[in-house]
Amino acid sequence: MILGRTRMLLTGVSMLLLWGAAPWTRSTAGTTADTSKIVVKDFMFMPTPLTVKAGSTVTWTNMDDEPHTVVSDTGEFKSGGIDTNESFSFKFDKPGTYHFTCSIHPRMVGTIVVQ
Amino acid sequence: MSDDKLLVSRRNALKCMAYGGAGTLFALSGGVFTPIDLAMARAYDESKEGKALGKPLFVQISDTHIGFNKEANPDVAGTLTQTIDIVNGMSVQPALIIHTGDITHLSKPAEFDMAQQMFTRLRTTEMHTVPGEHDTTDATVTEYFNRFGKASNNKGYYSFDHSGVHFIALINVLQFKPGGLGTLGAEQLDWVAADLKHRSASTPIVVFAHMPLWTIYEPWGWGTGDADQLMSQLRRFGSVTVLNGHIHQIVQKVEGNMTFHTARSTSYPQPLAGVGSGPAPLKVPADQLPAMLGITSVSVVKHPTSLALNDTALA
Repeated sequence: MILGRTRMLLTGVSMLLLWGAAPWTRSTAGTTADTSKIVVKDFMFMPTPLTVKAGSTVTWTNMDDEPHTVVSDTGEFKSGGIDTNESFSFKFDKPGTYHFTCSIHPRMVGTIVVQ
Repeated sequence: MSDDKLLVSRRNALKCMAYGGAGTLFALSGGVFTPIDLAMARAYDESKEGKALGKPLFVQISDTHIGFNKEANPDVAGTLTQTIDIVNGMSVQPALIIHTGDITHLSKPAEFDMAQQMFTRLRTTEMHTVPGEHDTTDATVTEYFNRFGKASNNKGYYSFDHSGVHFIALINVLQFKPGGLGTLGAEQLDWVAADLKHRSASTPIVVFAHMPLWTIYEPWGWGTGDADQLMSQLRRFGSVTVLNGHIHQIVQKVEGNMTFHTARSTSYPQPLAGVGSGPAPLKVPADQLPAMLGITSVSVVKHPTSLALNDTALA
């Protein structure tokens, strides 16, 4: 049971970090930020769509027991398999709309808008 | 088959095996492969009905997921070892082994190396594979093909003949459409058409690919978007067996002369279609795991057995 409690605590902490709950990490432009995080959980990318400023780095972190991937529909970026609690990051330099999917579970789709 | 019979069958299967899972033996009966519990097959070997089954043609292994180490099965190497022991323990060794993909969990070189090393323990040395989507997640999609690409010239699809049966191996995990199902693609479908063109309709056909070649549950991508174009080419044949993995559980369908079957995994079970948020590893009590893992074995019968006989074997 100690193991279970530890795991719950870790999950709680990481969720707090992932959701960017600390106000000082947020810019004044609402969902726009220099660094942004997408949680991959329950076979979903959250949040989506995500709006970031050009030059921002987006980090996807997998919280499922199943590995996922992040693959750009137009080939700009492609992660390998992201296992449980692992992350993948990509820096978006050019403004535009980027659609991506998980190649293991193609119904999982997301969008990043770079301003 | 009633639920009662299913329960009895499972109980007997557990009695027969300490660990490592029940499998399914397929007997070719009246042109259609008919399933029989592999766990029952040993006792079956020496019986009158068992002798009528003939030589096992091949064993299907699927979804070994070497590299997976989570709660649903922390020891996938152990359960694969037990699976290999079951195959090696068959009184008559199958001519071939077919692996229907997800050999590895994360397409890592060390995972592929470990799987290949483990497969060398199989007494049957001829193995044919197709990749699963877990085998092709490396950035360059080369780890699988470097090891298993020779048969298909790195295309992923190929065919071969054995014991009068024509085998077609297909790849449906490379061309995903976002939100969609697996895809075969025009080039592969054209190749199948050419491959089948001059074959007699009496040739038994076995088609295998990782993802189901029929739509089992679209929201989870359990199907292949352009499989209909494949089926229309296969419909003229008298015996077609379509074997897949991917969903880590047995689902079957018979449509005319075509039998569709998905195999159990040797690693971990997955939920029934639509139960939960997605097709994640299903955690079950350790004593229930073996019954949810296993393999499929396919035999060619010299003297076709009756349907009643197969029902007896399942009970």
